[in-house]
Amino acid sequence: MTCTEFLAELGEFLDANVSVGLRADLEEHLEGCEHCVITLRTTRKTIEIYRNHEIYELPVGIRERLQAAILAKCKKGC
Amino acid sequence: MPIIQTPGTEEVHPDILLVNRARQGDVQAFEQLVKQYDRQVFRIAQHITQNREDAEDVVQDAFLKAYEKLEQFQGNSKFYTWLVRIAVNESLMRLRKRRTGRMVSIDEDVETEEGSMPRDLAEWRPDPEAQYGQSELAEILRKTIQGLPPGFRVVFVLRDVEGLSTEETAETLGLSVPAVKSRLLRARLQLRERLSRYFRKKDEDGAK
Repeated sequence: MTCTEFLAELGEFLDANVSVGLRADLEEHLEGCEHCVITLRTTRKTIEIYRNHEIYELPVGIRERLQAAILAKCKKGC
Repeated sequence: MPIIQTPGTEEVHPDILLVNRARQGDVQAFEQLVKQYDRQVFRIAQHITQNREDAEDVVQDAFLKAYEKLEQFQGNSKFYTWLVRIAVNESLMRLRKRRTGRMVSIDEDVETEEGSMPRDLAEWRPDPEAQYGQSELAEILRKTIQGLPPGFRVVFVLRDVEGLSTEETAETLGLSVPAVKSRLLRARLQLRERLSRYFRKKDEDGAK
């Protein structure tokens, strides 16, 4: 397996969505390719970082104002 | 979220119970749905519109539209996915208004080859976020994701940040499943490449 072939399957590999056979091929490639190991590890970390850090927070005051406005309109029948 | 199962019946998602109550005029049931999902809707809207005021308007408009259209909700998708679809459409509309005279679609700029082949192959520090303070890190993450083409950004946000499945993301955006998978991989690789500038091991790390 080449690095290009590995990369083509990287998304499915990260999502644990590959067959047993393909998984074995991908893992075999990783054993001999440090570059792909790094790409895999840092891509996984990228997803994890974005998932774990809320970068657009809705401040409590604005949230309460929006909720109140939405519900007031719903009560009036929108 | 727990699934309520009553004997002899199919599993009913708690949201469906709330939707049913709201349909019968129970505004408090709808309030629970608003409180449950307003932050997610805001995040998605902010990612798409890149504008705080627009994102706040989208939160209001998306929930009000959902409330008006509750009768049309079929229950064959999750309420959350249905709501996200409304929010994505509202966000794109807002974006179009701001960029009058310019077509705005989630297909914009997706032909780029950038990032499809990793160039920065440096190892990252073991705990890369730790070297930055919370607000500095948030700024790095915002700046980095804002640089993605909108069609990649929205797929990454729905799939990897907000946790929709590939199929739900495809349905929400009106894309095919292979298109979502391809954009997701490109988005992940582009983000990885850009974050590498901040998180890669420095030469002095090796000397420690």
